[in-house]
Amino acid sequence: MSFAIDYQNIFTRVQVRGPDDTGPPIETDLYSRGKTIKHNYWLGKIGDAQIGPIYLGWFGSASLLCGIIAFEIIGLNMWASVNWDPIQFVRQLFWLALEPPAPKYGLSFPPMAEGGWWLLAGFFMTLSLILWWVRTYRRARALGLGTHVAWAFAAAIWLMLVLGFFRPLLMGSWSEGVPFGIFPHLDWTAAFSIRYGNLFYNPFHALSIAFLYGSALLFAMHGATILAVSRYGGEREIEQIVDRGTASERAALFWRWTMGFNATMESIHRWAWWFAVLTPLTGGIGILLTGTVVDNWYLWAVKHDFAPVYPTPYTPAVDPLTLPGATR
Amino acid sequence: MRSVSTCLTALVLGSALFLAGCERPPPAADQIGYRGTSMGSVTNPRTLEMREAANRPPEAQPAADPTGPRASTIYQNVQVLGDLSEGEFIRLMASMTEWMAPPDQSCGYCHNLENMADESKYQFRVARQMLVMTRSLNTDWKSHVGETGVTCYTCHRGNPQPQATFKLDPGPRGAGGFTASRQGQNFAARSVGSTSLPNDPFTQLLAYAGEIRVNTPTALAAGNPRTIQDAELTYSLMIHMSEGLGVNCTFCHNSQNFGAWNGPPQRATAFHGIRMVRDINTRHVQPLAAILPPERLGPEGDNAKVFCATCHQAQPKPMGGAPMLRDYPELGAPRPAP
Repeated sequence: MSFAIDYQNIFTRVQVRGPDDTGPPIETDLYSRGKTIKHNYWLGKIGDAQIGPIYLGWFGSASLLCGIIAFEIIGLNMWASVNWDPIQFVRQLFWLALEPPAPKYGLSFPPMAEGGWWLLAGFFMTLSLILWWVRTYRRARALGLGTHVAWAFAAAIWLMLVLGFFRPLLMGSWSEGVPFGIFPHLDWTAAFSIRYGNLFYNPFHALSIAFLYGSALLFAMHGATILAVSRYGGEREIEQIVDRGTASERAALFWRWTMGFNATMESIHRWAWWFAVLTPLTGGIGILLTGTVVDNWYLWAVKHDFAPVYPTPYTPAVDPLTLPGATR
Repeated sequence: MRSVSTCLTALVLGSALFLAGCERPPPAADQIGYRGTSMGSVTNPRTLEMREAANRPPEAQPAADPTGPRASTIYQNVQVLGDLSEGEFIRLMASMTEWMAPPDQSCGYCHNLENMADESKYQFRVARQMLVMTRSLNTDWKSHVGETGVTCYTCHRGNPQPQATFKLDPGPRGAGGFTASRQGQNFAARSVGSTSLPNDPFTQLLAYAGEIRVNTPTALAAGNPRTIQDAELTYSLMIHMSEGLGVNCTFCHNSQNFGAWNGPPQRATAFHGIRMVRDINTRHVQPLAAILPPERLGPEGDNAKVFCATCHQAQPKPMGGAPMLRDYPELGAPRPAP
């Protein structure tokens, strides 16, 4: 019984505390990583208890700085919108926002109060993310790793840039961008869908959802599989790609029994990576086409047999606006 | 053992907190369209019942004798209701007192009791315009009010001023200066269901004939100038309609294509309702701002205007569709003397 319980825990069960791991030596680099190494028992519950050595470098530092600037611009403008009232700032936090410029400003730089801060915040946020991307790329290279993480991150940055930069550019107005704010960006999303005739009929939106849900499904299947065979050393996945051992064999047989087919220790990670990366990639394509090419996704979907026209129990009515003498 | 009970307490308290914002059951969803298309009417029998109980019209006064000389020949300065018989006229005046006047003021709320024909009280002049409006609603706007019709009570509900109205609302003041403006949205506005949507879609869309539709009638982009901000304004008005009528979107709309006219017939009724409200506000209500005392005006100097909730008060049909005009035909089109 205790054997079973030991392996049914949502937190890490084993914390191995060896000598400090300073990482492999790195060939000439302008900045070396830090020397400080600490341990935290509670972090060890969800990950590695060791913190450090940290490497920030130029790109990391610049990215953090830009990120803080963007965060401050957004936060301080939200606070100003409740007239610097700290209580209202907390109460209404989820409602507050930094809005993009009004449509009348097009792609020009509006007054600061009328969207200038939004452009500035977007600029620094984008810079921060791109600098952080460079950091993920360069750190991976410095360690002799592949750059898979950087490219996955780039997929997310692509979607963000489509929403806040590429699409507004193509539409000729910054007003097409997304406000910074919790509820306001959700309201924006709903309004965007309403304006463009129901985004659920956008096939790229559909693909993005399929990949998103697929990612969650794959993650659950993979995580569950590995945890389930960890009693046989199943967490040593990478070695088991070539030397599969009993954990892999049992996991594979489990999936062949339950669904007739199994991934391998290598392929499951490729599946997961592609599903995750394709989520924002396809989503971004869908957003980019909205308003630039397609203006009413429902009508587009029906026209191209992507969606049926469902029967309706109601007698189709005439749009009263088209009747003679109609009041606007 | 203690830790178990602590955990349980935390769980109970936590879920109570988590569920605090939810509507108490039992909600009901009735299918009103083709299967799988999310065409459903979402209601809650409990709240429906509560609303019904809270929105019953008062008992009608016994009908009056329609014969005899007309009010215009008996009383002075009767400009709108001159076609009524004396009995009908007195009955309507008594009902108006019951529907609107504060009990301690009664007839004197509108009238100079020394001279009932005197127009000096602003309430008198407002009431006259409102009678013109009510007759117009019951005759020109049958597309919305049907044969049910409206009386003063439909909006007033026993109050001198209807309770659910809107005035120009710039929202809470921000710090101003070069800090970002709210752009008319982003605070929990009750008028639009506590969303962060624009808090005043009414002035533009219900006090003026601002464009409500945002969809493009073609699949591909064809120069539709409507922006996302326009869509937010429309969405905000629709939230008000939903809250104001106590219904969900598919009460009127085709769930797949909000712009389609093959959904429930209520959409056409609502279409005419919007035009009716604009007519009320532009022709009858806004001009009254000039004669109202300052305490009747909002912070921006405008008077209270009408929106959907003014009559509907969270019901799909005001007062559950009680036939208001049937008991008060005096408020319909002028009728020839029998």
